[in-house]
Amino acid sequence: MQDTAVTVGTGAPSRPAAQGRLARIWARHGAGYMFLLPWLIGFFGLTLGPAIASLYLSFTNFDLIRAPEWVGTANYARIATADPKFAAAVKVTFLYVVLSVPFKLAFALLVAILLDRGVRGLTVYRAIFYLPSLLGGSVAIAVLWRQLFAGDGLINSLLARFGIEGPSWISHPDYSIWTLVVLSVWQFGSPMIIFLAGLRQIPTDMYEAASLDGASKFRQFYKITLPLLTPVIFFNAVVQTIDAFKAFTPAFIISGGTGGPINSTLFYTLYLYQEAFGNFRMGYASALAWILVLIIGLFTAFSFLTSRYWVHYDD
Amino acid sequence: MTDATMSLVTAPPPAPPGRRGPIGSALVHAALIAASIAMIYPLLWMISASVRPEDEIFASTSLSPSSVDFSSYLRGWFGLDVSFGRFFWNSLVIAVLTVIGNVVACSLAAYAFARLRFAGRNFWFAIMLGTMMVPYHVTLIPQYVLFLDLGWVNTFLPLVVPKFLASDAFFIFLMVQFFRGIPRELDEAAMMDGCGAWRIYWKIMLPLSLPVLATAAIFSFIWTWDDFFGPLIYLNDMNSYTIQLGLRTFVDSSSTSDWGGLFAMSTLSLVPVFFFFLFFQRLLIEGIATTGMKR
Repeated sequence: MQDTAVTVGTGAPSRPAAQGRLARIWARHGAGYMFLLPWLIGFFGLTLGPAIASLYLSFTNFDLIRAPEWVGTANYARIATADPKFAAAVKVTFLYVVLSVPFKLAFALLVAILLDRGVRGLTVYRAIFYLPSLLGGSVAIAVLWRQLFAGDGLINSLLARFGIEGPSWISHPDYSIWTLVVLSVWQFGSPMIIFLAGLRQIPTDMYEAASLDGASKFRQFYKITLPLLTPVIFFNAVVQTIDAFKAFTPAFIISGGTGGPINSTLFYTLYLYQEAFGNFRMGYASALAWILVLIIGLFTAFSFLTSRYWVHYDD
Repeated sequence: MTDATMSLVTAPPPAPPGRRGPIGSALVHAALIAASIAMIYPLLWMISASVRPEDEIFASTSLSPSSVDFSSYLRGWFGLDVSFGRFFWNSLVIAVLTVIGNVVACSLAAYAFARLRFAGRNFWFAIMLGTMMVPYHVTLIPQYVLFLDLGWVNTFLPLVVPKFLASDAFFIFLMVQFFRGIPRELDEAAMMDGCGAWRIYWKIMLPLSLPVLATAAIFSFIWTWDDFFGPLIYLNDMNSYTIQLGLRTFVDSSSTSDWGGLFAMSTLSLVPVFFFFLFFQRLLIEGIATTGMKR
């Protein structure tokens, strides 16, 4: 982007010799920094500054009232060895990621492939499948979910028609996480749209050539579609996984803010919220935040390192 | 989001490789229709539950109520100490201010990154991309302390002011991509005519960038409207609650007693987002397809 940029605002090439050096520097770089100013203020004041402060707070006890008290690595030590709720939160969050992301991507890919091959009414189907994605982040949908999977909810009413008596899904520790997984999978619309865009980029002559060579549909999918789509699959997997690690609202609404029953929906972010804004353990919550960054960072690094073994880049 | 990628998303698909036979085609449609019904059944059921007589809500799995009764809307609207009109208004104010902040601040920064030359530009651009990866939890607590010290807690300021400082780096990135696609000859010609950076930004870049500005505005609105975490932390007084907080309070207070009112208000809370879905679907889908936005 360097070579093609234009210098704007420098004015006429020949300038009076009296003009000082500072003025020339300003004329050369000033406009850029003027336009960047709001972002720069935000970066230092709302991102970099707070991030450094958060790292400091993670080594303190801080309750918002008294000044932070330095405790060294005690917060991290407690997280690592003596916090069963942290262990529960990590377990629930990993379970959620491992269950929801593959199902969501599988659905997204399956439907995208069905839609890709010149189906009539594509735009209608696409709209219907995309709608839950758009609405799904709201409290209203979490409220609806809470009713759907309640003991006397819609799902059990439907099951009763087949003579099955369902449990109260949201208040059973073995099933509650599944209601959240279903909610996540229900929102497969946006990865589906990304898959559709990816499928469009696969040159059709590849399929034509394969057909001439007598390759079956299944073989074409396995040998052409899937390999050429791996960059998109990889992208979707990383984005959805990071998003799943950060999920908050559905667990908060469905469990009434508790993460219950028996911590079975205690998402990591929900635990962090409880520690920070329920118990006002701001130092401890800061340490939890940095552990989350570490987990997401490690996961991302791992994905990128392993990607070269399965993601197909042809150039 | 150049013309090429735009048409990639909206143009009819290329000649389908190996068209399905009539039976295959029917099977595909059957599967898609079944999936569609399963997907929107919960939504339709909620809407129908909101107009159903109270005693019928749990008894019925059908979508058509025996009689249509809007009384739960009235009950829900006044179901809490503060009416839902207030919550809707608060959400609207926050969302509109957020849209303005994001569009203005992000387009300024994007213009600098895409078109201006200054020392350190590539460095700042890399930093900006880096901020997109940082989970907000890391800055959450110090930001809260900062806004508490400023006396901003329980006002809309902590939710809105960061947007005027281009805190949603994602939109900067989106706009940079678009600005780079605008022919450079236009600003060069304007420069010859003596236009400065500001006039080029205002008279050339912005008018030519309406699609990307609209995309950013719509996503800003929807994300802010649906945001739960920010308001949960910063707004404690019911008079300043957003619609999402109002719904959450309603759930907790009424617990199972007034599902009709709860569904009525839930349905209403989805209306603005649904409106954008109906009228700007193309922009939304292009936005996702070309940038990989998560929603």
